[in-house]
Amino acid sequence: MSQPRVLNLNAMSKRFGSVVANDAVSIELNRGEVLALLGENGAGKTTLMNMLFGHYLPDSGSIEVADADGKMQPLTLGHPQAALEAGIGMVHQHFTLAENLTALDNILLGAESLFSWRHKRREAKKKVAAIMARTGLLAPLDEKVGQLTVGERQRVEILKALYHDARILVLDEPTAVLTPQEADTLFENIGAMTKDGLSVIFISHKLREVLAFSQRIVVLRHGKKVGEIATDDADQQVIARMMVGEDTPAIPREMLKPGAPVLALKSLTVKGRSARTSLHAADLLIRAHEVVGIAGVSGNGQTALARVISGLEAPDGGEMWVGDTRILRFTPPVMQEAGIGRIPEDRHHDGVIGEMSVAENLVIERLGDPLVQNHGFLRQKEILTHAEELSRTYDIRGPGIEAEARLLSGGNIQKLILARVFEGQPQFILANQPTRGLDMGAAGEVARRLLEARTRGAGVLLISEDLDEILALSDRVMVIHDGRLSAAPDKDRAKIGLMMAGEPV
Amino acid sequence: MIRIEPREAPSRWWTLGVPVASALLALLLAAIPLAFAGANIIEAYGQMAKGVFGSTFAFTEMLTRATPLIFTGLAATIAFRAKLWNIGAEGQLYLGGMAAVVVGTGMIDAPAWVLIPVILMAGAAAGAAGMAGPAYLKTRFGADEVVTTLLLNFIILIFLQMMLEGPLQDPLGMGWPQSEPIVDNGILPQLVPRMRVHAGLIFALVAAGIAHILLSKSVWGFKLRAVGENAAAALHAGIGVRRTLMGAALVSGALAGLAGVGEVAGLRGYLTTDISPGYGYTGIVVAMLAGLSPIGVVISAVFIASIFVGADTMSRAMGVSSYLADLVVALSLICVLVGGFTARYRFVRTNKGDK
Repeated sequence: MSQPRVLNLNAMSKRFGSVVANDAVSIELNRGEVLALLGENGAGKTTLMNMLFGHYLPDSGSIEVADADGKMQPLTLGHPQAALEAGIGMVHQHFTLAENLTALDNILLGAESLFSWRHKRREAKKKVAAIMARTGLLAPLDEKVGQLTVGERQRVEILKALYHDARILVLDEPTAVLTPQEADTLFENIGAMTKDGLSVIFISHKLREVLAFSQRIVVLRHGKKVGEIATDDADQQVIARMMVGEDTPAIPREMLKPGAPVLALKSLTVKGRSARTSLHAADLLIRAHEVVGIAGVSGNGQTALARVISGLEAPDGGEMWVGDTRILRFTPPVMQEAGIGRIPEDRHHDGVIGEMSVAENLVIERLGDPLVQNHGFLRQKEILTHAEELSRTYDIRGPGIEAEARLLSGGNIQKLILARVFEGQPQFILANQPTRGLDMGAAGEVARRLLEARTRGAGVLLISEDLDEILALSDRVMVIHDGRLSAAPDKDRAKIGLMMAGEPV
Repeated sequence: MIRIEPREAPSRWWTLGVPVASALLALLLAAIPLAFAGANIIEAYGQMAKGVFGSTFAFTEMLTRATPLIFTGLAATIAFRAKLWNIGAEGQLYLGGMAAVVVGTGMIDAPAWVLIPVILMAGAAAGAAGMAGPAYLKTRFGADEVVTTLLLNFIILIFLQMMLEGPLQDPLGMGWPQSEPIVDNGILPQLVPRMRVHAGLIFALVAAGIAHILLSKSVWGFKLRAVGENAAAALHAGIGVRRTLMGAALVSGALAGLAGVGEVAGLRGYLTTDISPGYGYTGIVVAMLAGLSPIGVVISAVFIASIFVGADTMSRAMGVSSYLADLVVALSLICVLVGGFTARYRFVRTNKGDK
């Protein structure tokens, strides 16, 4: 560790509304070092890096970056341009390339003035070629980016950062989109780059690559730095435990005997275009009085599972049973009819219609109900009374039931959805990321309502990235990885953490 | 830096004030080209007002102009509420006119109280049919309805030319490309003796009333708004999105078809290829100016019709080009779009670097 320091992040904090994304996180980085930033989704990794790159302005904290001579200089916060000039390059998870320009043009974009482009092209190409030779990052420079593979596009992004003389390179989940072979090549290239003195921070939640390719590991959880360890001293168990934590907030739950099956999936298969939207022969049984938690890193098939159960997508194979009835048509009304309550993952996108009133959103799932309509006309008075009752029972706060739903806070939007779902006394509830982005109070309310439904006799399927939440609420835990569901042997954090990362237990 | 952020609930004052201010601003801006044309601006506006309010004839002419605009404005309103961009009202209008001529020129011999409803229904059905194709392509294959409805306008117009020089041509028309006249029992009655304003205006007002009630008080209107505002959430909540879009498309097309019926059976008495000076397209401006409110459509149609009729009078009296009317209409659309934006969003000065 005799290498000089190149970057200090000092006590960086950032809140979004009532959610603390980063709580006084400090990180150091040395020259030529590969630092892995590890954590579950929503742990605050990307927020931290976005502050480093100037996309977000931190609420407090400061950043120092070594200049070309190695002296530490404070970085102007909140200015991507300043970060670029200080030699920080960032490769986002979602590439920011212009598809109909060539790879070379994309690399030059932003570096050269538009008018002097043509003259410097040859020199520029020479410089890029030199970087490619040195690092082994090969990309066809004269092809349009739209024609390149994902791996090539990523190399173009990295080349772009290096061309801009980055001394610190931030890679946000660089292997998420790569095949294992491409990922290995990438890390070889990174190795070559660090020999040149480049320092790398890479964000990941894959334990194996973190152990194989980093020198130091920093673990974030719930926005806090919870661990830092030299990679040589770490093994999978240690990091998995750091990632998922050991404290279980106790939520009082009664012991209840599981009743009759309310939902059964039998080798349900969805052939999606990606892992995110695929499901391989999933078997799942949920009984009355039972909460089953699905743990997993997002993008491993949870979306496909939820879409089928919500009636938004028909599976390619397998069966779905609700109680004694086999579901043959997969549409939202069929699922509602079958007594499934659905709490969607993206509450703003799928849960409410922001431009319509709170009262209207509360009745949107029961427009056929004679309480809501009479011969095709809305019973306005009854709808308002109904909304008043529900917003009192579920404590929906905001500018009023006739105000547009978009004016409610995230927590109150979720309460609105809860009110709508639980009012129908569903026998089965799909709760997909029900507390994501909510503050403690609202999250506790969601948990309480779910357990209440369990006591009443409903079965609950809880999909969440928050392992604490899953362990606190679930009677049984299943892990989803790469579109496959498997039962976790017991509620053992370290084992579940390993299964989430796709490692054999 | 200046940041744009959504306002909290736009106040009622804004939603009403913006269109009115936009309309006035557009009129005001028209003074610039008027001045360039060398006209006395005060006198020009005076002539315009006279052209609308100066006599019973002027006023009824304005209402005659407003009639098809109410229909096409409603057509755009219903479709746009569902975020279905029907740009094909012009074509649907002509389809309605064609249907009126097909059933109204002697095919059916019936008293007026039978024949007029039949003609109206035929026109509405034809307009709806004209929108059914693009709506099906959109809901089934995701084809962009802006492109399909817009292009269909030209196809329909050429088809109309073919019909008017062929099967629908008036044998006594001395070779002109025009249809046989509508039989007497099929003509929409006049509202004021010796003036051109006809019962189509009443039908248009009734249609606006029905559209208002449907949109704000019916389950159908609820679904339409839900699909328009957030189709994903509507689908998740169990609303049949495709079906709702299809319904909106058919109603929209039917309303545009009725505009054509009014022009043929109420105003001209026969069909030519020039019964509409772009009513279908102007209907879009009418609807936008009205903030997609059916009652607002009536008011904004009257405003736009006043501009057209007033500008005609002004150009005759002062020798200024009557294209000025088009200019004012275009300006008011721009003003209302900008105004609508400022009603929904505000500009906020931010500290440097804050995001």
